[in-house]
Amino acid sequence: MESLYRPELATITKAAPMTATEKYFEIKLNSGRELGHKPGQFVEVSVFGVGEAPISVSSSPTKKGAFDLVIRKVGNVTGKIHNMTAGSTIGIRGPFGTHFPFDETKGKDILFVAGGIGLVPARSFINYVLDNRKDYNRVTVLFGCRNPNERLFTDELSLWAKRDDVEFLETVDKPLDTNWKGNCGVITTLFPKIKIEPANTFCVIVGPPIMYRFVIKEALDKHIPRHHIYVSLERRMKCGVGKCGHCQINGVYCCQEGPVFKYSDITHLEEAL
Amino acid sequence: MNAKILTKENLLSFVQNLIKTGEVVGVTKKDGKFAFDHLKRASDLVLDYDVTLLPPKKYVMPQRETLIKFNVKPEVKVEAVVEATPFTLIGVHPYDLKAINQLDRLFEENHVDTNYMKRREQATIIAVTPTRASKWSFWSSMNSIFVETGFDLLLTDIGGRYAVEIGTAHGDELLKKHAKFEEAAPADIEKLESIRSALPKMCSADRKINALTHEMTAILEIHRKSELWEKRAEKCYSCGSCNLICPTCYCFDVKEEIDLNLKDGSRYRVWDGCLLEDFAKIGSGENFREKRADRFRHRFFRKWSYLAAKLTEPACVGCGRCSSVCLPDIADPVKVINELKEEK
Repeated sequence: MESLYRPELATITKAAPMTATEKYFEIKLNSGRELGHKPGQFVEVSVFGVGEAPISVSSSPTKKGAFDLVIRKVGNVTGKIHNMTAGSTIGIRGPFGTHFPFDETKGKDILFVAGGIGLVPARSFINYVLDNRKDYNRVTVLFGCRNPNERLFTDELSLWAKRDDVEFLETVDKPLDTNWKGNCGVITTLFPKIKIEPANTFCVIVGPPIMYRFVIKEALDKHIPRHHIYVSLERRMKCGVGKCGHCQINGVYCCQEGPVFKYSDITHLEEAL
Repeated sequence: MNAKILTKENLLSFVQNLIKTGEVVGVTKKDGKFAFDHLKRASDLVLDYDVTLLPPKKYVMPQRETLIKFNVKPEVKVEAVVEATPFTLIGVHPYDLKAINQLDRLFEENHVDTNYMKRREQATIIAVTPTRASKWSFWSSMNSIFVETGFDLLLTDIGGRYAVEIGTAHGDELLKKHAKFEEAAPADIEKLESIRSALPKMCSADRKINALTHEMTAILEIHRKSELWEKRAEKCYSCGSCNLICPTCYCFDVKEEIDLNLKDGSRYRVWDGCLLEDFAKIGSGENFREKRADRFRHRFFRKWSYLAAKLTEPACVGCGRCSSVCLPDIADPVKVINELKEEK
């Protein structure tokens, strides 16, 4: 019997700050094996001597040899990893949890709605779709964050904006004193700007807890069926294997039956949204 | 029914033989109460106790258990740790054994928890039929009077002598190797059966939940939005005592320690409790069960609904420990479920 709790060793191959609080890391498993994740899954990241934290994988499985994490500095583990540079050793367990519906959505339209750091997990699916572009019909990406300084993956955002096979719209809540020329307002203000064919559209929503209710309402108002709406929920996944109890949403273990949920499966769970 | 008979003297020497050959944990007196503890001598064992302070869970799921050890210098190395050595647990009441049986299933389902399972494999369990019930116990209401599996041997005091029922081949072997016993006579079996048939009435009459176990789940579900949760939780200290003493609570936190040499360290799990304020709090500060009432209700729903769905029975065995330790007296399942049932 293999231990559920022993992380495998991995090396940070690239590290680069993205914003004041987010840092990008590229990770390679020392064993040389591929992580083998599906878009939307997460890993438990160990900083030995400090602890473990659940982090969404940000790269698409189509990226081979290494995977991406973007980590927001919020606690002990994430604080410590922010001080780490390329060449440092960390531990990885996983991948864990459910994934975005990359199969079910083939031939369909996909509407991505990402708020702030929600772009990090959403990106694993967006890039998967873009790398397999012919398998999917129309692709729309809505991205919103609080201000222009909080934009993530800015190079990729400009690429998406340039592509004619992706409709990309973004907004910021407040432009601050930057020379931001784009949309201003919360993410729901982008909805009137898009046209969708509801019955043929899947909507993938990832963002801070506060965002879900509002965005889901917009999607429902656009007549997207409940079972075509997917969300990724953040909880305190301590063990990742459905034992420790911390991530439970009513009776559902977020680390097992989530983090990606079909909205129609969680509408009855009052602790979900 | 088939049973062996041990006289009190033969039981004592059986236990003494077990102590000679390995680690034995049994029920002992502690400050006028009872506790499972390392047994130094057979005469310290108490088998006519009402309830122990803590359930025997701590021997299959210790308060602190190392999961991995690591070095950070000169290079990072990590190894899995499974701390498990053979031991015998004597004096487990059926309700506490039922709880261990439930933990076995929960730690094994989906992902096998090696740390728990390996330790559990090392345990020999000698259960005992209760001779009295604590004033808080309601195990009759929770179908925890009898237990068919989980024990290697089951002892029942039949009046100065003990009837021994054999649960496993290992138990049989142990008895043959270390005990002087005789076969039960028909009169012994009769006595054993009459003792067993009296057990359902051992818990006091006012410690009864007025519903069958599967009805209890329905009562909770119907009253999910009842004011009872809020009202009771107003007095909750969020102390987590109800979690701490519960034989079926198994939530844990994971912590880490680095040695003073700054080279070696370990990661370990410790008991945690869903009533504690930060239980569902994430790194960014968001707390998904911030309100006391939500945490208070969660514990009941976890026992009677969420885990009940997996186990096909509630994850409460009626030991009454939560009722006895709760200072504001809000945690008692008998009162909570009976009150909910009375609500319209």
